[in-house]
Amino acid sequence: MDEIRIGVFVCHCGTNIAGFVDIASVEEYVKTLPHVVFTQRNLYTCSETGLLAIKNGIEENKLNRVIVAACTPRTHEPLFRGICSEMGLNPYFFEFVNIREQCSWVHQKDREKATLKARDLIRMGVARAALLEPLEKFQIDVKPSTLIIGGGISGMTAASNLANQGFEAIIVEKDIELGGQLRHHHKLYPGNMDSQEILSIIEEILKNPKIIVHTSSKIKDIDGYIGNFDITILKDEEEIKFGVGTIIVATGTDLLKPKGLYNYDGKKVITQKELELLFKKDQFNFKNIVMIQCVGSRNKERPYCSSICCMTAMKNARYIKEKNPDAEIIILNRDIYTSGTYQETYYRDARKMGIIFSRYNESKLPKVSEESVIYFNESMKEEIEIKYDLVVLSTPLISYGESKELSKMLKVPIDEFGFFLEAHVKLRPVDFSNDGIFVCGTCKWPANVPESISQGYAAASRVTRIISKDSFTVEGATAWIDQDKCVTCEICLKKCAYKAITRDEEERVIVRTVLCKGCGVCATTCPQHAIEIRHYTDNQVESQITALLEGDLVE
Amino acid sequence: MDFKPKIIGFLCNWCSYAGADLAGVSRIQYPPNIRIIRLMCSGRVEPYFIFEALKSGIDGVIIMGCHPGECHYMTGNYEAEMKYQLLKSLLTYVDLDNRISLEWVSASEGIRFAEVVTNFTNSIQKLGPSPLKKIDKDSELLFNLNALQIAANDYRLRALIGRKRKILDEGNVYNKKYPKEKFEDLQETAIYDEYQKNRIILYLKKENLSVKDLSERLSIAPNKILEYIVDLRGEGLIDLKDIQELTPYYTAKQEA
Ligand SMILES: Cc1cc2nc3c(=O)[nH]c(=O)nc-3n(C[C@H](O)[C@H](O)[C@H](O)COP(=O)(O)OP(=O)(O)OC[C@H]3O[C@@H](n4cnc5c(N)ncnc54)[C@H](O)[C@@H]3O)c2cc1C
Ligand code: SF4
Ligand code: SF4
Ligand code: SF4
Ligand code: FES
Repeated sequence: MDEIRIGVFVCHCGTNIAGFVDIASVEEYVKTLPHVVFTQRNLYTCSETGLLAIKNGIEENKLNRVIVAACTPRTHEPLFRGICSEMGLNPYFFEFVNIREQCSWVHQKDREKATLKARDLIRMGVARAALLEPLEKFQIDVKPSTLIIGGGISGMTAASNLANQGFEAIIVEKDIELGGQLRHHHKLYPGNMDSQEILSIIEEILKNPKIIVHTSSKIKDIDGYIGNFDITILKDEEEIKFGVGTIIVATGTDLLKPKGLYNYDGKKVITQKELELLFKKDQFNFKNIVMIQCVGSRNKERPYCSSICCMTAMKNARYIKEKNPDAEIIILNRDIYTSGTYQETYYRDARKMGIIFSRYNESKLPKVSEESVIYFNESMKEEIEIKYDLVVLSTPLISYGESKELSKMLKVPIDEFGFFLEAHVKLRPVDFSNDGIFVCGTCKWPANVPESISQGYAAASRVTRIISKDSFTVEGATAWIDQDKCVTCEICLKKCAYKAITRDEEERVIVRTVLCKGCGVCATTCPQHAIEIRHYTDNQVESQITALLEGDLVE
Repeated sequence: MDFKPKIIGFLCNWCSYAGADLAGVSRIQYPPNIRIIRLMCSGRVEPYFIFEALKSGIDGVIIMGCHPGECHYMTGNYEAEMKYQLLKSLLTYVDLDNRISLEWVSASEGIRFAEVVTNFTNSIQKLGPSPLKKIDKDSELLFNLNALQIAANDYRLRALIGRKRKILDEGNVYNKKYPKEKFEDLQETAIYDEYQKNRIILYLKKENLSVKDLSERLSIAPNKILEYIVDLRGEGLIDLKDIQELTPYYTAKQEA
């Protein structure tokens, strides 16, 4: 093996680091460490000057390992790895030591100890760097097409957006036609638009040569990985197979049917959805209406707020009042959720129109009898009876039962209520942590139409990042199984959350590198210690541990 | 000289390491004793790493990962927790269990990160220096810790932990679901047995001993020792060496 030649670049970060750590003494110390052939201090390592200094350092000193002791790898590692690559050095020969976020910034009152800590951390980094191995990131081909599961407004938005950019989209919809929940709506808040107007997108979709629509179809099997998913669907009992590069999950939600609640019968006690159907068919003919909010939501079984029901109830109450100002409408609620300026105004106007809002408490639920609703008025602290000719129940959006099966096929997580879980609520709101699979619309969490549409656009734009290129680069720091040690017990196979471990044709247990994320769970589980995690090998981690203690001898 | 604990923190890249970075960005000050080793997931933490750290005289080890349900790799932190519980159980036999800790810290919990580190540092400060800091190679503590480390590294306990979730969630080969408490009892027994068996092996590597000798060294009843001996011979890890005055003496195979 070639001689190990480590270069260490210690960053001042202006005064961010140098103000609290004695950088000069750190550099002197680092010079004494094994394999370190070059050290340098830089005012700002990530600046043009700093990067040039690294390049020159590599070239002039024939460095084959580069360490930057500076800020955090979470923001700057790609930059420095890139510089190494440019200089013909494998990027996995780069090692980052964090002496800013995890040292100078958090020990500002103790220069001496911060300096000692920086020394320790760099010593650990040097030990690890000596054991680093070159790894290849490799490229896989990407099919420029997308499967969209669910043809509601969010899925259709994504499809049309992708098609308009020239990419193929394939919608698989279980129902007999596209449209999702919107097909059953009457008017839409905000803005009182007719739902049919938005649904005109269906025609566009059906005409678009870039979009293939499979209705009355369900997903039977999903195999493969980013760039090359193999899909099997069942369309009217017939199996159809095709390949796509990416997947968007847009399966929306069901609406809770309040069976057994508040004497629900679908005639005199109905849901908001059924009320809207009456409007659409022009069959609405009631005068005394009681609406009950949070029916089956915000309780023990379903603690979440369905977020659309307050506005939906108001939308429908206002419609009734506009048509017939003499109608008496009371909305029994636990709270009214109207976030933002538009919704709050909508609520105030509803009150001005004479719609009554009255509060009940979860511990004393209203009771619906043949002719009247009896409830305990929270403000007046007394029981009140209201005669009705129609009761409308606001029930929550709930996940479809088959989401669970789908989540297993896709290997993506769902939460306890069956909603799909994104990779990160804030940072990656429409991604799954599995590469190449995205999510939008209400299948992720209750949302209204504008939100569902924005998410559809978001998912489409995340997809184009991948399918607009011919290939995708896969992480090189993955698991590897030593066949001499493996006894094919399959314990690891069941542990891998990404199903990256399988049997090959020769019945050996192997890692499918494109699927592996390098989490390391398989390695710590294997009873035979047969699995190595590249870039985080046992030896590399151990070297950091032992290097820490060696320090005591020096001090 | 006053005691300055040396602490290693194993942090997952996605939540806890990010939380540590946030503590930095927010300039939240905490004790400078911790040295962080970044791993991709808390599920990558090998029990063996912790043994290595403790054996080399580190005063405390803390593992940090994402909150339950938030692991970047979905379930890595549950795996970490199972391995941590195993470690905890093993280390109680040598009274080192209070020198390790497992905490969940999210990327947005910079303040919490600093608190966790401060509290852990204080607790180690109170405990005083690790007894392994200045210890001779023949000490009983090191001997026992070695036995525990081998037990943790060995096929049996790893396979048991490896199958734990499956057994609890899906049932064993007979499709019988195991109640959690029952499994935990079983696990505790397995840990104890593996520990004692490895102690026997280590003793027998040093010298040939009889059941009675072993019973005295391990402070375990002779009939239990005999059970272990039978097991270990069955596994081919120890051998009968010779018989003196009707008493059998055993030895361990060097590769055991
Ligand atoms: C009564 C009511 C009134 C509402 N009123 C308003 C309003 O006035 N304004 C507003 O902004 N919002 C309103 N909403 C909310 C609105 O309905 C949703 O925001 C919107 O429909 C979400 O669209 P989506 O595409 O995410 O899901 P959906 O509309 O639910 O569409 C999902 C589609 O996926 C299909 N699907 C599901 N599972 C599968 C599968 N496994 N395989 C294949 N296909 C599958 C479904 O059949 C469906 O066609 C209302 C909701 C309700 C219940
Ligand atoms: S490399 Fe990091 S630490 Fe150095 S100047 Fe740039 S931001 Fe600051
Ligand atoms: S757990 Fe280890 S021994 Fe078992 S199949 Fe996986 S790699 Fe092989
Ligand atoms: S490292 Fe993680 S993702 Fe890769 S094979 Fe192992 S368990 Fe699966
Ligand atoms: S990534 Fe944080 S615990 Fe798995």
